[in-house]
Amino acid sequence: MAGYILRRILEVIPTVLLVLTLVFFALRIMPGDPAVAALGEFAAPEAIEAFRDKLGLNKPLYVQYFSFIGQALTADFGRSMNNNTSVNALLAQALPHTIVLGLTATAIGIVVGIPFGAMTAVHRNGKLDGFGRIFALIGFSLPEFYFGVLLIIVFSLHLDWFPMLGAGKGFVDQAHHLVLPAITLGVVMAAFVMRLTRSSLLEVLRRDYVRTARGKGVPEHWVIFKHALRNALIPVTTGLGIYLLTTLSGTITVELVFSRPGLGTMLISGVSARDYTVVQAGLVVFAFFVVCVNLLTDLLCAAIDPRIALR
Amino acid sequence: MSDIAVTPSRQSAVLTYLAANKLTAMGAALCCLLIFVALISPWIVPHDPLEQSFATANEGPSDLHWFGTDAFGRDVFSRVLIGGRISLSIGICAPVLSALFGVWAGMIAGYFGGWTDRMISRFSDLLMSFPSLLLGVMIAAALGPSFQTAVIAIAVALFPRFVRLSRSATQVLRREPFVDASIAAGRGTFSIMLRHVLPNIAGPLVVALSLWVATAIRLEAALSFLGLGAQPPTPSWGNMIRDGMSDLVGDPWPAAFAGAAITLAVLAFNMVGDALRDMLDPELDS
Repeated sequence: MAGYILRRILEVIPTVLLVLTLVFFALRIMPGDPAVAALGEFAAPEAIEAFRDKLGLNKPLYVQYFSFIGQALTADFGRSMNNNTSVNALLAQALPHTIVLGLTATAIGIVVGIPFGAMTAVHRNGKLDGFGRIFALIGFSLPEFYFGVLLIIVFSLHLDWFPMLGAGKGFVDQAHHLVLPAITLGVVMAAFVMRLTRSSLLEVLRRDYVRTARGKGVPEHWVIFKHALRNALIPVTTGLGIYLLTTLSGTITVELVFSRPGLGTMLISGVSARDYTVVQAGLVVFAFFVVCVNLLTDLLCAAIDPRIALR
Repeated sequence: MSDIAVTPSRQSAVLTYLAANKLTAMGAALCCLLIFVALISPWIVPHDPLEQSFATANEGPSDLHWFGTDAFGRDVFSRVLIGGRISLSIGICAPVLSALFGVWAGMIAGYFGGWTDRMISRFSDLLMSFPSLLLGVMIAAALGPSFQTAVIAIAVALFPRFVRLSRSATQVLRREPFVDASIAAGRGTFSIMLRHVLPNIAGPLVVALSLWVATAIRLEAALSFLGLGAQPPTPSWGNMIRDGMSDLVGDPWPAAFAGAAITLAVLAFNMVGDALRDMLDPELDS
Protein backbone atom coordinates (compact mmCIF):
# COMPACT_ATOMS: atom_id res chain seq x y z
CA MET A 1 0.00 0.00 0.00
CA ALA A 2 2.79 2.43 0.98
CA GLY A 3 4.51 1.54 -2.29
CA TYR A 4 1.36 2.34 -4.24
CA ILE A 5 0.94 5.71 -2.50
CA LEU A 6 4.55 6.63 -3.21
CA ARG A 7 4.33 5.51 -6.84
CA ARG A 8 1.11 7.45 -7.37
CA ILE A 9 2.63 10.61 -5.86
CA LEU A 10 5.78 10.27 -7.99
CA GLU A 11 3.61 9.91 -11.08
CA VAL A 12 2.33 13.43 -10.44
CA ILE A 13 5.73 14.96 -11.23
CA PRO A 14 5.89 14.23 -14.99
CA THR A 15 2.20 15.07 -15.26
CA VAL A 16 2.69 18.48 -13.68
CA LEU A 17 5.73 19.22 -15.88
CA LEU A 18 3.86 18.19 -19.02
CA VAL A 19 0.87 20.38 -18.09
CA LEU A 20 3.08 23.38 -17.35
CA THR A 21 4.93 22.90 -20.64
CA LEU A 22 1.64 22.75 -22.55
CA VAL A 23 0.38 25.92 -20.85
CA PHE A 24 3.64 27.72 -21.62
CA PHE A 25 3.64 26.87 -25.32
CA ALA A 26 -0.09 27.39 -25.74
CA LEU A 27 0.33 30.95 -24.51
CA ARG A 28 3.31 31.54 -26.78
CA ILE A 29 1.32 30.64 -29.89
CA MET A 30 -1.63 32.77 -28.77
CA PRO A 31 -2.12 35.46 -31.41
CA GLY A 32 -1.28 39.09 -30.60
CA ASP A 33 1.63 40.74 -28.83
CA PRO A 34 1.00 41.03 -25.06
CA ALA A 35 2.93 44.29 -24.96
CA VAL A 36 0.71 45.80 -27.67
CA ALA A 37 -2.34 44.45 -25.85
CA ALA A 38 -1.28 46.08 -22.57
CA LEU A 39 -0.12 49.42 -23.94
CA GLY A 40 -2.54 49.92 -26.83
CA GLU A 41 -1.98 49.86 -30.59
CA PHE A 42 -0.64 53.40 -30.79
CA ALA A 43 2.06 53.07 -28.11
CA ALA A 44 5.54 54.25 -29.04
CA PRO A 45 7.84 51.43 -30.24
CA GLU A 46 10.33 52.33 -27.46
CA ALA A 47 7.64 51.94 -24.81
CA ILE A 48 6.68 48.54 -26.23
CA GLU A 49 10.32 47.51 -26.32
CA ALA A 50 10.81 48.63 -22.70
CA PHE A 51 7.66 46.73 -21.66
CA ARG A 52 8.86 43.55 -23.37
CA ASP A 53 12.21 43.92 -21.63
CA LYS A 54 10.59 44.35 -18.25
CA LEU A 55 8.47 41.21 -18.68
CA GLY A 56 11.39 39.21 -19.99
CA LEU A 57 9.69 38.65 -23.38
CA ASN A 58 12.93 39.52 -25.19
CA LYS A 59 14.89 36.75 -23.50
CA PRO A 60 15.48 33.47 -25.34
CA LEU A 61 12.56 31.03 -25.18
CA TYR A 62 14.33 28.50 -22.94
CA VAL A 63 15.13 31.18 -20.35
CA GLN A 64 11.46 32.23 -20.35
CA TYR A 65 10.43 28.59 -20.06
CA PHE A 66 12.56 27.83 -17.01
CA SER A 67 11.63 31.05 -15.26
CA PHE A 68 7.93 30.21 -15.91
CA ILE A 69 8.34 26.69 -14.48
CA GLY A 70 10.15 28.12 -11.46
CA GLN A 71 7.40 30.68 -10.91
CA ALA A 72 4.63 28.12 -11.22
CA LEU A 73 6.30 25.68 -8.83
CA THR A 74 6.84 28.37 -6.21
CA ALA A 75 3.30 29.71 -6.77
CA ASP A 76 4.58 33.17 -7.68
CA PHE A 77 2.63 34.37 -10.68
CA GLY A 78 4.04 37.87 -10.95
CA ARG A 79 1.95 40.93 -11.66
CA SER A 80 -1.01 41.55 -13.91
CA MET A 81 0.18 43.02 -17.22
CA ASN A 82 -2.72 45.44 -17.38
CA ASN A 83 -2.95 47.03 -13.96
CA ASN A 84 0.17 45.82 -12.18
CA THR A 85 -1.70 44.26 -9.23
CA SER A 86 -0.14 41.09 -7.90
CA VAL A 87 -1.69 38.00 -9.53
CA ASN A 88 -1.42 36.15 -6.22
CA ALA A 89 -3.63 38.81 -4.61
CA LEU A 90 -6.19 38.34 -7.43
CA LEU A 91 -6.06 34.58 -6.85
CA ALA A 92 -6.52 35.00 -3.11
CA GLN A 93 -9.67 37.04 -3.78
CA ALA A 94 -11.06 34.68 -6.42
CA LEU A 95 -10.32 31.21 -5.04
CA PRO A 96 -12.53 31.16 -1.90
CA HIS A 97 -15.63 32.04 -3.98
CA THR A 98 -14.97 29.26 -6.48
CA ILE A 99 -14.19 26.68 -3.80
CA VAL A 100 -17.31 27.52 -1.75
CA LEU A 101 -19.52 27.34 -4.85
CA GLY A 102 -17.96 24.09 -6.06
CA LEU A 103 -18.22 22.33 -2.69
CA THR A 104 -21.79 23.51 -1.99
CA ALA A 105 -22.95 22.39 -5.43
CA THR A 106 -21.26 19.00 -5.06
CA ALA A 107 -22.89 18.59 -1.63
CA ILE A 108 -26.34 19.37 -3.09
CA GLY A 109 -25.70 16.88 -5.88
CA ILE A 110 -24.82 14.10 -3.43
CA VAL A 111 -27.53 14.82 -0.87
CA VAL A 112 -30.25 14.94 -3.54
CA GLY A 113 -28.79 12.40 -5.98
CA ILE A 114 -28.06 9.40 -3.74
CA PRO A 115 -31.49 9.03 -2.02
CA PHE A 116 -33.28 9.85 -5.28
CA GLY A 117 -31.21 7.29 -7.17
CA ALA A 118 -31.76 4.63 -4.49
CA MET A 119 -35.53 5.19 -4.58
CA THR A 120 -35.69 4.93 -8.36
CA ALA A 121 -33.75 1.65 -8.24
CA VAL A 122 -36.00 0.18 -5.53
CA HIS A 123 -39.17 1.18 -7.38
CA ARG A 124 -37.75 0.25 -10.75
CA ASN A 125 -40.05 1.03 -13.70
CA GLY A 126 -42.50 2.78 -11.34
CA LYS A 127 -43.76 6.34 -11.56
CA LEU A 128 -40.82 7.72 -9.60
CA ASP A 129 -38.38 5.90 -11.86
CA GLY A 130 -40.06 7.43 -14.89
CA PHE A 131 -39.77 10.86 -13.32
CA GLY A 132 -36.11 10.17 -12.52
CA ARG A 133 -35.49 9.18 -16.13
CA ILE A 134 -36.89 12.50 -17.38
CA PHE A 135 -34.97 14.39 -14.68
CA ALA A 136 -31.71 12.74 -15.77
CA LEU A 137 -32.36 13.35 -19.47
CA ILE A 138 -32.97 17.05 -18.78
CA GLY A 139 -29.99 17.22 -16.44
CA PHE A 140 -27.73 15.79 -19.14
CA SER A 141 -29.08 18.04 -21.89
CA LEU A 142 -29.67 21.40 -20.20
CA PRO A 143 -26.43 23.43 -20.23
CA GLU A 144 -25.84 24.65 -16.68
CA PHE A 145 -25.40 28.27 -17.69
CA TYR A 146 -28.79 28.25 -19.43
CA PHE A 147 -30.37 26.68 -16.35
CA GLY A 148 -28.82 29.54 -14.34
CA VAL A 149 -30.36 32.10 -16.73
CA LEU A 150 -33.79 30.45 -16.31
CA LEU A 151 -33.46 30.48 -12.50
CA ILE A 152 -32.55 34.18 -12.62
CA ILE A 153 -35.56 34.97 -14.79
CA VAL A 154 -37.95 33.13 -12.45
CA PHE A 155 -36.51 33.62 -8.95
CA SER A 156 -34.70 36.95 -9.23
CA LEU A 157 -36.62 38.93 -11.82
CA HIS A 158 -40.19 37.71 -11.30
CA LEU A 159 -40.35 36.52 -7.70
CA ASP A 160 -37.49 38.68 -6.40
CA TRP A 161 -36.51 36.01 -3.85
CA PHE A 162 -32.80 35.97 -4.56
CA PRO A 163 -30.27 38.59 -5.71
CA MET A 164 -29.07 38.03 -9.27
CA LEU A 165 -25.54 39.46 -9.29
CA GLY A 166 -22.31 39.30 -7.31
CA ALA A 167 -21.28 37.37 -4.22
CA GLY A 168 -22.53 39.66 -1.44
CA LYS A 169 -20.93 40.89 1.77
CA GLY A 170 -21.11 39.29 5.23
CA PHE A 171 -22.08 35.69 5.94
CA VAL A 172 -25.88 35.87 5.58
CA ASP A 173 -25.76 37.99 2.44
CA GLN A 174 -23.11 35.74 0.89
CA ALA A 175 -25.18 32.64 1.65
CA HIS A 176 -28.20 34.37 0.07
CA HIS A 177 -26.14 35.09 -3.07
CA LEU A 178 -24.87 31.51 -3.15
CA VAL A 179 -28.30 29.82 -3.32
CA LEU A 180 -29.09 30.16 -7.04
CA PRO A 181 -25.60 29.43 -8.44
CA ALA A 182 -25.24 26.43 -6.12
CA ILE A 183 -28.66 25.07 -7.11
CA THR A 184 -27.80 25.60 -10.79
CA LEU A 185 -24.72 23.38 -10.56
CA GLY A 186 -26.10 21.07 -7.85
CA VAL A 187 -29.16 19.99 -9.84
CA VAL A 188 -27.08 19.02 -12.86
CA MET A 189 -24.77 17.09 -10.55
CA ALA A 190 -27.76 15.44 -8.82
CA ALA A 191 -28.91 14.02 -12.18
CA PHE A 192 -25.48 12.49 -12.64
CA VAL A 193 -25.21 11.03 -9.12
CA MET A 194 -28.78 9.74 -9.31
CA ARG A 195 -28.14 7.70 -12.46
CA LEU A 196 -24.92 6.27 -11.07
CA THR A 197 -26.56 5.29 -7.75
CA ARG A 198 -29.49 3.75 -9.59
CA SER A 199 -27.47 1.55 -11.92
CA SER A 200 -25.03 0.57 -9.17
CA LEU A 201 -27.82 -0.40 -6.74
CA LEU A 202 -29.67 -2.37 -9.43
CA GLU A 203 -26.48 -4.28 -10.09
CA VAL A 204 -25.98 -5.10 -6.40
CA LEU A 205 -29.63 -6.08 -5.86
CA ARG A 206 -29.10 -8.89 -8.39
CA ARG A 207 -26.28 -10.45 -6.34
CA ASP A 208 -26.58 -13.75 -4.54
CA TYR A 209 -25.98 -12.39 -1.05
CA VAL A 210 -28.97 -10.07 -1.40
CA ARG A 211 -31.12 -13.04 -2.39
CA THR A 212 -29.80 -14.96 0.61
CA ALA A 213 -30.65 -12.06 2.93
CA ARG A 214 -34.18 -11.91 1.51
CA GLY A 215 -34.47 -15.68 1.69
CA LYS A 216 -33.67 -15.82 5.37
CA GLY A 217 -36.41 -13.28 6.04
CA VAL A 218 -34.53 -10.02 6.56
CA PRO A 219 -37.01 -7.13 6.20
CA GLU A 220 -36.83 -5.50 2.77
CA HIS A 221 -35.81 -1.99 3.94
CA TRP A 222 -33.03 -3.61 5.99
CA VAL A 223 -31.84 -5.56 2.94
CA ILE A 224 -31.68 -2.38 0.91
CA PHE A 225 -30.08 -0.05 3.43
CA LYS A 226 -27.86 -2.42 5.37
CA HIS A 227 -26.84 -4.93 2.72
CA ALA A 228 -27.22 -3.49 -0.74
CA LEU A 229 -26.78 0.29 -0.55
CA ARG A 230 -23.48 0.06 1.34
CA ASN A 231 -21.83 -1.85 -1.47
CA ALA A 232 -23.68 0.05 -4.15
CA LEU A 233 -22.16 3.29 -2.87
CA ILE A 234 -18.57 2.23 -3.58
CA PRO A 235 -18.60 3.27 -7.25
CA VAL A 236 -20.53 6.39 -6.23
CA THR A 237 -17.81 7.32 -3.74
CA THR A 238 -14.99 6.66 -6.15
CA GLY A 239 -16.78 8.91 -8.63
CA LEU A 240 -16.49 11.75 -6.12
CA GLY A 241 -13.44 13.16 -7.89
CA ILE A 242 -15.33 13.30 -11.17
CA TYR A 243 -18.21 15.22 -9.56
CA LEU A 244 -15.86 17.70 -7.98
CA LEU A 245 -14.03 18.35 -11.24
CA THR A 246 -17.25 18.54 -13.25
CA THR A 247 -18.69 21.13 -10.88
CA LEU A 248 -15.37 22.95 -10.93
CA SER A 249 -15.58 23.30 -14.70
CA GLY A 250 -19.23 24.28 -14.38
CA THR A 251 -18.32 27.15 -12.05
CA ILE A 252 -16.64 28.94 -14.97
CA THR A 253 -19.86 29.54 -16.91
CA VAL A 254 -22.05 29.85 -13.82
CA GLU A 255 -19.81 32.54 -12.35
CA LEU A 256 -20.26 34.52 -15.54
CA VAL A 257 -24.06 34.08 -15.46
CA PHE A 258 -24.31 35.38 -11.88
CA SER A 259 -21.43 37.89 -12.26
CA ARG A 260 -19.78 36.18 -9.29
CA PRO A 261 -16.11 36.78 -8.59
CA GLY A 262 -14.03 33.60 -8.86
CA LEU A 263 -11.35 31.72 -10.72
CA GLY A 264 -13.44 31.36 -13.89
CA THR A 265 -14.30 35.07 -13.96
CA MET A 266 -10.62 35.88 -13.45
CA LEU A 267 -9.54 33.58 -16.30
CA ILE A 268 -12.16 34.81 -18.77
CA SER A 269 -11.61 38.50 -18.04
CA GLY A 270 -7.88 37.85 -18.39
CA VAL A 271 -8.51 36.39 -21.85
CA SER A 272 -10.62 39.32 -23.03
CA ALA A 273 -8.06 41.81 -21.66
CA ARG A 274 -5.20 39.71 -23.14
CA ASP A 275 -3.57 39.75 -19.72
CA TYR A 276 -1.14 36.86 -20.21
CA THR A 277 0.09 36.59 -16.63
CA VAL A 278 -3.49 36.36 -15.33
CA VAL A 279 -4.48 33.75 -17.97
CA GLN A 280 -1.31 31.78 -17.23
CA ALA A 281 -2.04 31.75 -13.49
CA GLY A 282 -5.68 30.79 -14.03
CA LEU A 283 -4.73 27.85 -16.27
CA VAL A 284 -2.05 26.61 -13.88
CA VAL A 285 -4.40 26.75 -10.87
CA PHE A 286 -7.19 24.89 -12.72
CA ALA A 287 -4.68 22.24 -13.80
CA PHE A 288 -3.37 22.03 -10.24
CA PHE A 289 -6.90 21.30 -8.99
CA VAL A 290 -7.35 18.54 -11.55
CA VAL A 291 -4.05 16.84 -10.70
CA CYS A 292 -4.69 17.08 -6.92
CA VAL A 293 -8.29 15.86 -7.06
CA ASN A 294 -7.29 12.92 -9.29
CA LEU A 295 -4.47 11.98 -6.93
CA LEU A 296 -6.73 12.16 -3.86
CA THR A 297 -9.46 10.15 -5.63
CA ASP A 298 -7.00 7.40 -6.55
CA LEU A 299 -5.71 7.22 -2.98
CA LEU A 300 -9.29 7.18 -1.62
CA CYS A 301 -10.20 4.36 -4.01
CA ALA A 302 -7.18 2.37 -2.89
CA ALA A 303 -8.19 2.89 0.75
CA ILE A 304 -11.74 1.66 0.02
CA ASP A 305 -10.70 -1.21 -2.21
CA PRO A 306 -7.12 -2.33 -1.35
CA ARG A 307 -7.02 -4.62 -4.42
CA ILE A 308 -6.40 -1.51 -6.56
CA ALA A 309 -3.00 -0.97 -4.93
CA LEU A 310 -1.92 -4.47 -5.98
CA ARG A 311 -2.52 -4.02 -9.69
CA MET B 1 -39.30 -26.65 -37.03
CA SER B 2 -40.04 -25.71 -40.58
CA ASP B 3 -39.46 -22.04 -39.94
CA ILE B 4 -37.15 -20.52 -42.41
CA ALA B 5 -34.72 -18.31 -40.58
CA VAL B 6 -35.11 -14.89 -42.08
CA THR B 7 -32.26 -12.54 -41.39
CA PRO B 8 -33.77 -9.11 -41.69
CA SER B 9 -31.71 -6.62 -43.61
CA ARG B 10 -29.97 -3.96 -41.56
CA GLN B 11 -32.27 -1.18 -42.77
CA SER B 12 -35.44 -3.00 -41.89
CA ALA B 13 -34.00 -3.89 -38.47
CA VAL B 14 -33.44 -0.21 -37.82
CA LEU B 15 -36.96 0.63 -38.99
CA THR B 16 -38.51 -2.08 -36.78
CA TYR B 17 -36.54 -0.77 -33.85
CA LEU B 18 -37.65 2.81 -34.47
CA ALA B 19 -41.27 1.74 -34.74
CA ALA B 20 -41.01 0.03 -31.35
CA ASN B 21 -39.24 2.96 -29.70
CA LYS B 22 -41.28 6.09 -30.30
CA LEU B 23 -38.99 8.28 -28.21
CA THR B 24 -35.92 7.29 -30.20
CA ALA B 25 -37.79 7.83 -33.44
CA MET B 26 -38.70 11.30 -32.21
CA GLY B 27 -35.07 12.00 -31.34
CA ALA B 28 -33.86 10.81 -34.74
CA ALA B 29 -36.51 12.86 -36.52
CA LEU B 30 -35.56 15.90 -34.45
CA CYS B 31 -31.86 15.49 -35.34
CA CYS B 32 -32.68 15.28 -39.04
CA LEU B 33 -34.99 18.29 -38.80
CA LEU B 34 -32.38 20.39 -36.95
CA ILE B 35 -29.67 19.56 -39.49
CA PHE B 36 -32.04 20.17 -42.41
CA VAL B 37 -33.18 23.54 -41.03
CA ALA B 38 -29.56 24.56 -40.36
CA LEU B 39 -28.67 23.70 -43.97
CA ILE B 40 -31.48 25.66 -45.59
CA SER B 41 -31.74 28.45 -42.99
CA PRO B 42 -30.21 31.25 -45.14
CA TRP B 43 -33.07 30.80 -47.64
CA ILE B 44 -35.96 30.51 -45.17
CA VAL B 45 -35.23 33.15 -42.53
CA PRO B 46 -38.10 35.67 -42.38
CA HIS B 47 -35.74 38.59 -41.61
CA ASP B 48 -32.06 39.43 -42.10
CA PRO B 49 -30.47 38.12 -38.86
CA LEU B 50 -27.90 40.94 -38.86
CA GLU B 51 -30.23 43.83 -39.75
CA GLN B 52 -30.47 46.27 -36.86
CA SER B 53 -33.40 48.55 -36.14
CA PHE B 54 -33.57 50.54 -32.92
CA ALA B 55 -37.22 51.34 -33.51
CA THR B 56 -38.12 47.70 -32.90
CA ALA B 57 -35.55 46.82 -30.20
CA ASN B 58 -36.43 44.56 -27.26
CA GLU B 59 -39.88 43.51 -28.42
CA GLY B 60 -41.59 40.40 -27.10
CA PRO B 61 -42.84 37.63 -29.41
CA SER B 62 -45.38 38.85 -31.97
CA ASP B 63 -46.83 37.83 -35.34
CA LEU B 64 -44.08 39.72 -37.13
CA HIS B 65 -41.22 38.57 -34.87
CA TRP B 66 -42.09 35.08 -33.61
CA PHE B 67 -39.38 35.01 -30.93
CA GLY B 68 -39.30 38.81 -30.43
CA THR B 69 -36.31 41.06 -31.12
CA ASP B 70 -33.01 41.64 -29.31
CA ALA B 71 -31.38 44.83 -27.98
CA PHE B 72 -30.37 45.83 -31.55
CA GLY B 73 -33.83 45.17 -32.96
CA ARG B 74 -32.64 42.02 -34.77
CA ASP B 75 -35.17 39.25 -35.29
CA VAL B 76 -34.48 36.52 -32.70
CA PHE B 77 -36.21 33.73 -34.67
CA SER B 78 -33.97 34.35 -37.70
CA ARG B 79 -30.92 34.52 -35.45
CA VAL B 80 -31.78 31.22 -33.76
CA LEU B 81 -32.11 29.58 -37.20
CA ILE B 82 -28.81 30.99 -38.49
CA GLY B 83 -27.10 30.43 -35.13
CA GLY B 84 -27.92 26.75 -35.49
CA ARG B 85 -25.63 26.62 -38.54
CA ILE B 86 -22.61 27.66 -36.47
CA SER B 87 -23.53 25.59 -33.42
CA LEU B 88 -24.33 22.42 -35.36
CA SER B 89 -21.41 22.72 -37.78
CA ILE B 90 -18.94 23.04 -34.89
CA GLY B 91 -20.87 20.37 -33.01
CA ILE B 92 -20.46 17.93 -35.90
CA CYS B 93 -17.05 18.98 -37.31
CA ALA B 94 -15.18 18.90 -34.00
CA PRO B 95 -16.01 15.27 -33.07
CA VAL B 96 -15.33 14.13 -36.65
CA LEU B 97 -11.94 15.90 -36.64
CA SER B 98 -11.23 14.45 -33.23
CA ALA B 99 -12.18 10.95 -34.40
CA LEU B 100 -9.89 11.24 -37.45
CA PHE B 101 -6.87 11.76 -35.22
CA GLY B 102 -8.01 9.85 -32.14
CA VAL B 103 -8.93 6.65 -33.95
CA TRP B 104 -5.56 6.45 -35.71
CA ALA B 105 -3.65 7.25 -32.54
CA GLY B 106 -5.61 4.58 -30.70
CA MET B 107 -5.11 1.99 -33.46
CA ILE B 108 -1.37 2.67 -33.57
CA ALA B 109 -1.14 2.39 -29.75
CA GLY B 110 -3.20 -0.81 -29.66
CA TYR B 111 -1.46 -2.42 -32.64
CA PHE B 112 2.18 -1.80 -31.75
CA GLY B 113 1.96 -1.86 -27.93
CA GLY B 114 5.19 -1.28 -25.97
CA TRP B 115 6.67 2.21 -25.90
CA THR B 116 4.45 3.63 -28.62
CA ASP B 117 1.43 2.53 -26.65
CA ARG B 118 2.78 3.90 -23.39
CA MET B 119 3.50 7.35 -24.89
CA ILE B 120 0.12 7.68 -26.59
CA SER B 121 -1.84 6.29 -23.64
CA ARG B 122 -0.03 8.48 -21.16
CA PHE B 123 -0.81 11.60 -23.16
CA SER B 124 -4.43 10.68 -23.69
CA ASP B 125 -4.86 9.73 -20.01
CA LEU B 126 -3.55 13.15 -19.10
CA LEU B 127 -6.15 14.83 -21.33
CA MET B 128 -8.80 12.41 -20.04
CA SER B 129 -8.14 13.46 -16.45
CA PHE B 130 -9.55 16.90 -17.28
CA PRO B 131 -13.33 17.30 -17.59
CA SER B 132 -14.04 18.11 -21.25
CA LEU B 133 -15.63 21.48 -20.48
CA LEU B 134 -12.64 22.56 -18.40
CA LEU B 135 -10.18 21.33 -21.02
CA GLY B 136 -12.11 23.07 -23.81
CA VAL B 137 -12.20 26.35 -21.90
CA MET B 138 -8.50 26.11 -21.03
CA ILE B 139 -7.46 25.47 -24.64
CA ALA B 140 -9.73 28.17 -26.03
CA ALA B 141 -8.47 30.60 -23.38
CA ALA B 142 -4.87 29.82 -24.25
CA LEU B 143 -5.35 30.08 -28.03
CA GLY B 144 -7.53 33.19 -28.00
CA PRO B 145 -11.19 33.42 -29.03
CA SER B 146 -12.30 32.46 -32.57
CA PHE B 147 -14.36 29.96 -34.56
CA GLN B 148 -11.29 27.80 -35.34
CA THR B 149 -10.22 27.84 -31.71
CA ALA B 150 -13.59 26.46 -30.68
CA VAL B 151 -13.27 23.58 -33.15
CA ILE B 152 -9.71 22.78 -32.04
CA ALA B 153 -10.54 23.08 -28.33
CA ILE B 154 -13.52 20.73 -28.61
CA ALA B 155 -11.62 18.29 -30.83
CA VAL B 156 -8.76 18.08 -28.33
CA ALA B 157 -11.20 17.70 -25.43
CA LEU B 158 -12.83 14.70 -27.12
CA PHE B 159 -9.59 13.22 -28.51
CA PRO B 160 -8.75 10.86 -25.57
CA ARG B 161 -12.24 9.29 -25.74
CA PHE B 162 -11.63 8.15 -29.33
CA VAL B 163 -8.10 6.99 -28.52
CA ARG B 164 -9.40 4.84 -25.67
CA LEU B 165 -12.18 3.35 -27.78
CA SER B 166 -10.06 2.38 -30.76
CA ARG B 167 -7.03 1.31 -28.68
CA SER B 168 -8.88 -1.30 -26.63
CA ALA B 169 -10.73 -2.63 -29.69
CA THR B 170 -7.47 -2.87 -31.62
CA GLN B 171 -5.75 -4.72 -28.78
CA VAL B 172 -8.44 -7.40 -28.93
CA LEU B 173 -8.33 -7.64 -32.72
CA ARG B 174 -4.52 -7.79 -32.76
CA ARG B 175 -4.72 -11.26 -31.18
CA GLU B 176 -7.12 -12.60 -33.82
CA PRO B 177 -5.69 -15.26 -36.16
CA PHE B 178 -6.85 -13.41 -39.28
CA VAL B 179 -4.57 -10.51 -38.42
CA ASP B 180 -1.61 -12.88 -38.06
CA ALA B 181 -2.63 -14.47 -41.35
CA SER B 182 -2.60 -11.05 -43.01
CA ILE B 183 0.85 -10.31 -41.64
CA ALA B 184 2.08 -13.69 -42.89
CA ALA B 185 0.54 -12.94 -46.27
CA GLY B 186 2.76 -9.88 -46.41
CA ARG B 187 0.11 -7.22 -45.98
CA GLY B 188 1.45 -3.90 -44.66
CA THR B 189 0.56 -2.56 -41.24
CA PHE B 190 -1.34 0.43 -42.58
CA SER B 191 -3.36 -1.75 -44.89
CA ILE B 192 -4.19 -4.19 -42.07
CA MET B 193 -5.51 -1.36 -39.95
CA LEU B 194 -7.57 -0.03 -42.83
CA ARG B 195 -8.95 -3.40 -43.96
CA HIS B 196 -9.34 -5.37 -40.73
CA VAL B 197 -9.28 -3.08 -37.72
CA LEU B 198 -11.25 -0.04 -38.89
CA PRO B 199 -14.35 -1.92 -40.16
CA ASN B 200 -14.47 -3.87 -36.90
CA ILE B 201 -14.62 -0.80 -34.70
CA ALA B 202 -17.03 1.10 -36.96
CA GLY B 203 -20.11 0.24 -34.87
CA PRO B 204 -18.96 1.51 -31.47
CA LEU B 205 -17.39 4.47 -33.25
CA VAL B 206 -20.72 5.59 -34.71
CA VAL B 207 -22.33 5.37 -31.27
CA ALA B 208 -19.50 7.35 -29.72
CA LEU B 209 -19.73 9.96 -32.48
CA SER B 210 -23.44 10.56 -31.99
CA LEU B 211 -23.03 10.87 -28.21
CA TRP B 212 -20.04 13.17 -28.56
CA VAL B 213 -21.91 15.38 -31.02
CA ALA B 214 -24.29 16.15 -28.15
CA THR B 215 -21.34 16.93 -25.90
CA ALA B 216 -19.72 19.05 -28.60
CA ILE B 217 -22.86 21.14 -29.12
CA ARG B 218 -22.97 21.75 -25.39
CA LEU B 219 -19.26 22.63 -25.28
CA GLU B 220 -19.59 24.99 -28.23
CA ALA B 221 -22.48 26.75 -26.51
CA ALA B 222 -20.43 27.13 -23.32
CA LEU B 223 -17.39 28.44 -25.22
CA SER B 224 -19.31 31.02 -27.21
CA PHE B 225 -21.25 31.95 -24.08
CA LEU B 226 -17.88 32.71 -22.45
CA GLY B 227 -16.90 34.75 -25.51
CA LEU B 228 -14.30 32.17 -26.58
CA GLY B 229 -16.14 30.79 -29.64
CA ALA B 230 -17.72 32.34 -32.73
CA GLN B 231 -17.43 36.12 -32.49
CA PRO B 232 -20.32 38.60 -32.84
CA PRO B 233 -22.06 39.75 -34.96
CA THR B 234 -22.13 36.13 -36.26
CA PRO B 235 -24.91 34.58 -34.20
CA SER B 236 -24.37 31.28 -32.43
CA TRP B 237 -26.68 29.93 -29.75
CA GLY B 238 -24.08 30.47 -27.03
CA ASN B 239 -23.22 34.06 -27.87
CA MET B 240 -26.93 34.92 -28.20
CA ILE B 241 -27.34 33.98 -24.53
CA ARG B 242 -24.28 36.05 -23.75
CA ASP B 243 -25.75 39.07 -25.58
CA GLY B 244 -29.13 38.49 -23.97
CA MET B 245 -27.57 38.49 -20.47
CA SER B 246 -26.81 42.22 -20.73
CA ASP B 247 -30.51 43.08 -20.57
CA LEU B 248 -32.24 40.13 -18.97
CA VAL B 249 -34.58 42.46 -17.07
CA GLY B 250 -35.92 44.28 -20.11
CA ASP B 251 -35.88 41.45 -22.65
CA PRO B 252 -35.30 37.83 -21.55
CA TRP B 253 -36.51 36.38 -24.90
CA PRO B 254 -33.25 36.09 -26.92
CA ALA B 255 -31.46 34.21 -24.11
CA ALA B 256 -34.50 32.04 -23.37
CA PHE B 257 -35.05 30.95 -27.00
CA ALA B 258 -31.36 30.43 -27.83
CA GLY B 259 -30.96 28.28 -24.71
CA ALA B 260 -34.07 26.27 -25.60
CA ALA B 261 -32.53 25.58 -29.01
CA ILE B 262 -29.30 24.30 -27.41
CA THR B 263 -31.22 22.07 -25.00
CA LEU B 264 -33.36 20.66 -27.80
CA ALA B 265 -30.35 19.85 -29.99
CA VAL B 266 -28.37 18.23 -27.16
CA LEU B 267 -31.43 16.27 -26.09
CA ALA B 268 -32.06 14.99 -29.64
CA PHE B 269 -28.48 13.78 -30.18
CA ASN B 270 -28.35 12.24 -26.70
CA MET B 271 -31.56 10.30 -27.33
CA VAL B 272 -30.24 8.91 -30.61
CA GLY B 273 -26.82 8.11 -29.13
CA ASP B 274 -28.34 6.29 -26.14
CA ALA B 275 -30.63 4.28 -28.39
CA LEU B 276 -27.78 3.30 -30.73
CA ARG B 277 -25.74 2.20 -27.75
CA ASP B 278 -28.58 0.05 -26.39
CA MET B 279 -29.04 -1.48 -29.84
CA LEU B 280 -25.39 -2.46 -30.23
CA ASP B 281 -24.92 -3.50 -26.63
CA PRO B 282 -28.22 -4.87 -25.26
CA GLU B 283 -26.44 -6.01 -22.08
CA LEU B 284 -26.37 -2.46 -20.81
CA ASP B 285 -29.17 -0.99 -18.71
CA SER B 286 -32.26 -1.67 -20.77
